[in-house]
Amino acid sequence: MLDYFKLIALALVTLVAAIAANWARDAAYMVHALLVMGLAAGLLLWQLRTMPVPGEPAPTRPAPGGYMDGPIRYGVIATSLWGVVGLLAGTFIAFQLAFPALNFDWGQPFTNFGRLRPLHTSAVIFAFGGNALIATSFYIVQRTCGARLWGGNAAWFVFWGYNLFIVLAATGYLLGATQSKEYAEPEWYIDIWLTIVWVVYLAVFLGTILNRRERHIYVANWFLLSFIVTVAMLHVVNNLSVPVSIWGSKSVQVFAGVQDAMTQWWYGHNAVGFFLTAGFLGMMYYFVPKQAGRPIYSYKLSIIHFWALIFLYIWAGPHHLHYTALPDWAATLGMVFSIILWMPSWGGMINGLMTLQGAWDKIRTDPIIRMFVASLAFYGMSTFEGPMMSIRAVNSLSHYTDWTIGHVHSGALGWNGLITFGALYFLVPRLWGRSQMHSMAAINTHFWLATVGIVLYAASMWVSGIMEGLMWREVDQNGFLVNSFADTVDAKFPMYVVRALGGVLYLAGALVMSWNIWMTIRAPEARPVTVATPAE
Amino acid sequence: MADTPKIDEATGTETTGHTWDGIEELNTPLPRWWLWTFYATVLWGLIYTILFPAWPLVSGATSGLLGFSTRGEVAAEIERVELSNAELTESLTTIDLAALPANGALHRFAVQAGRSVFAANCSQCHGAGAAGVVASGYPNLLDDDWLWGGTLEEIVNTVRHGIRNDDVDSRYSEMPPFDWMEGGELDRIVHHVRSLSGLDHDANAADQGAALFLDNCSACHGENGLGNRDIGAPNLADAIWLRGGTHEAILRQLMAPRHGVMPPWGERLGEAEVRAVSAYVHGLGGGEAQIADPVLETEAEDAAAVPDATYPAEAGETPEETGADDVAPAE
Repeated sequence: MLDYFKLIALALVTLVAAIAANWARDAAYMVHALLVMGLAAGLLLWQLRTMPVPGEPAPTRPAPGGYMDGPIRYGVIATSLWGVVGLLAGTFIAFQLAFPALNFDWGQPFTNFGRLRPLHTSAVIFAFGGNALIATSFYIVQRTCGARLWGGNAAWFVFWGYNLFIVLAATGYLLGATQSKEYAEPEWYIDIWLTIVWVVYLAVFLGTILNRRERHIYVANWFLLSFIVTVAMLHVVNNLSVPVSIWGSKSVQVFAGVQDAMTQWWYGHNAVGFFLTAGFLGMMYYFVPKQAGRPIYSYKLSIIHFWALIFLYIWAGPHHLHYTALPDWAATLGMVFSIILWMPSWGGMINGLMTLQGAWDKIRTDPIIRMFVASLAFYGMSTFEGPMMSIRAVNSLSHYTDWTIGHVHSGALGWNGLITFGALYFLVPRLWGRSQMHSMAAINTHFWLATVGIVLYAASMWVSGIMEGLMWREVDQNGFLVNSFADTVDAKFPMYVVRALGGVLYLAGALVMSWNIWMTIRAPEARPVTVATPAE
Repeated sequence: MADTPKIDEATGTETTGHTWDGIEELNTPLPRWWLWTFYATVLWGLIYTILFPAWPLVSGATSGLLGFSTRGEVAAEIERVELSNAELTESLTTIDLAALPANGALHRFAVQAGRSVFAANCSQCHGAGAAGVVASGYPNLLDDDWLWGGTLEEIVNTVRHGIRNDDVDSRYSEMPPFDWMEGGELDRIVHHVRSLSGLDHDANAADQGAALFLDNCSACHGENGLGNRDIGAPNLADAIWLRGGTHEAILRQLMAPRHGVMPPWGERLGEAEVRAVSAYVHGLGGGEAQIADPVLETEAEDAAAVPDATYPAEAGETPEETGADDVAPAE
């Protein structure tokens, strides 16, 4: 019965998508409609071919038991794949900024920096980071609850649905469909699809927690749950818009002017706070103690810093709008909450680093631990730099300059990137039943490529950003501006080249990792499975 | 799973007794420095929100004890600079333009200010170095070839009203397309035009083109192609080309003339800045002297004496630092 319902639903989706493609008012919408039509038609055929023939006994499937790791394996592969794609796009646009000829006249408008930039940010944050979060959260919640993922194939729907969202978003950017809201560029129908996927994700996660066999909920799951719930709220509110036509991609925001700006940065800052901080702290709270083989440093600290972090973060958004049309009182509150946020953010770093008490030697011997430690160090640095930059006086120098870009990347490449790489190195041997990664030396190489890459990136952007900020405000003795905007662009060239080289190194590290993961998965299974201990 | 705390060997700290997938938790108390720093930031936050505008009320928000506002901060800074330049600005706005170049201090002030106005407003088209862009028809301001006149007065006029825009006093000229002429005739005109500035040309064709030029072009560009600044007709004999001097470029301009547009800056910049940027452009290399007028000359001498002393003697020395109370602007 359910099979027939599926058939009818898929046929309807195929038909509606075909009609949408026919009536499409713009290229992005048409391409997306054709894509959905093709997918739905393919699923329809697959459903037909796998349906049991009437009269014959249905093929018996083995009852699912144990943990559900299929979507996690796919998630790990998707994470490393999207990581390489996102970093490649980032490195390319870094070179575009240094050498504008790389925008390519023949490729306009598709190869324009303006279209590739959101492709880069979405690919690294949502595709790489999002797949990493979904995969690791599915892994962590099962292990720490002692329960199989709730909802049967819903976890597969989350994986494929989320990656369809990414493909729709990325192709949309290239074809010119954008809401022009940073980190919330996808248009209305893609937003609706993500909302559906996200609600299913929440249901799977929450269902698994409710089925848990442990009495308490582990701290990693508090962070992951706060990430899923808050991102749902942020996504829905910031994307409230009215489509111009249901047959076109363009939509109009319901908020306007400074209200729109405030909503956008409430969203934007909490995307950092709950996607890139709370979610990844959830990863940290599982993988660091597992890899170090040590207990979490302080249970009390984890409680206090968790509640302080999620209470304070939500107010910090207005610090993105200092010296704008936003009323001063809102900017003051944003700044004050950002500074009070400093210690709650550091609580995560302390709990992570101090978990190594009694295992400090592993920093020397275990490249995965070294990655986690470097990641936490960059986390601590960014969460100090952030509150500092939110101070009005500092912000008047740093805002709109490359300093912001440097800050974001020391957090993203250092904290999010390294902790994800560490988690992948932890997961791959366990998910595919190998004793350890194919090459521990390659992990070490990856660590150094990534670290040197981040240092080049962050240092060049600090220099460039502060120089730029000082040049913008430089006045002569009569109060006249000394530099034109083009003067600052010209002066930044050497730093742009260094930044791009940093990107090349970081990308090279990710390629080494992808090769290492590939070789580990391909290794013959006969390899003796010894007790997993870090190479010493 | 029994919650039985035990002592962790490596640290000597008690665990909470919870275990998840082998992960335990120590019952370490909050680090004191962490807690006190946290309290300190909260306390600082409370004080800061009392001093600065912060808490939203039913209508409006608390304005803070210090009376700070970002708009107030910017306004105060602008006022400070305007006050310190008030005397110079006033002199610049009222001085007879013919006398400006002779007034050393005021002229230096104008050029300095003009450099900055140019960088912010003009460099986008004319280039940071003011050399223009031939491909886009943005004139080079470094040479001594002027479409609408190169005296300070004419430059001020051009900046104030712009070219081919909605300003009623905008400069305006238009060259008609000559695409109705035969290809051979157009070619001959181009040969003639190129001959005017000694570029490669076919002498025969140029001779024939001369007659065509006389009939069709000389009304604006003059018999010898020297142009006419009153109507913005370019000089064709000086080897300086707005849109390129190749055979093809000239032919293209004949067939389908393109006309540049410059916005009027008078209202946007204000008189002082219009004069300042004109003085800067005038001083770039091609500025022409005002035609001497005996009556103006004496006026100019009077005017030139006015604000000389007010300019700070050394760079970095602000007016108040010179200590001369009579010339230092009111703070």
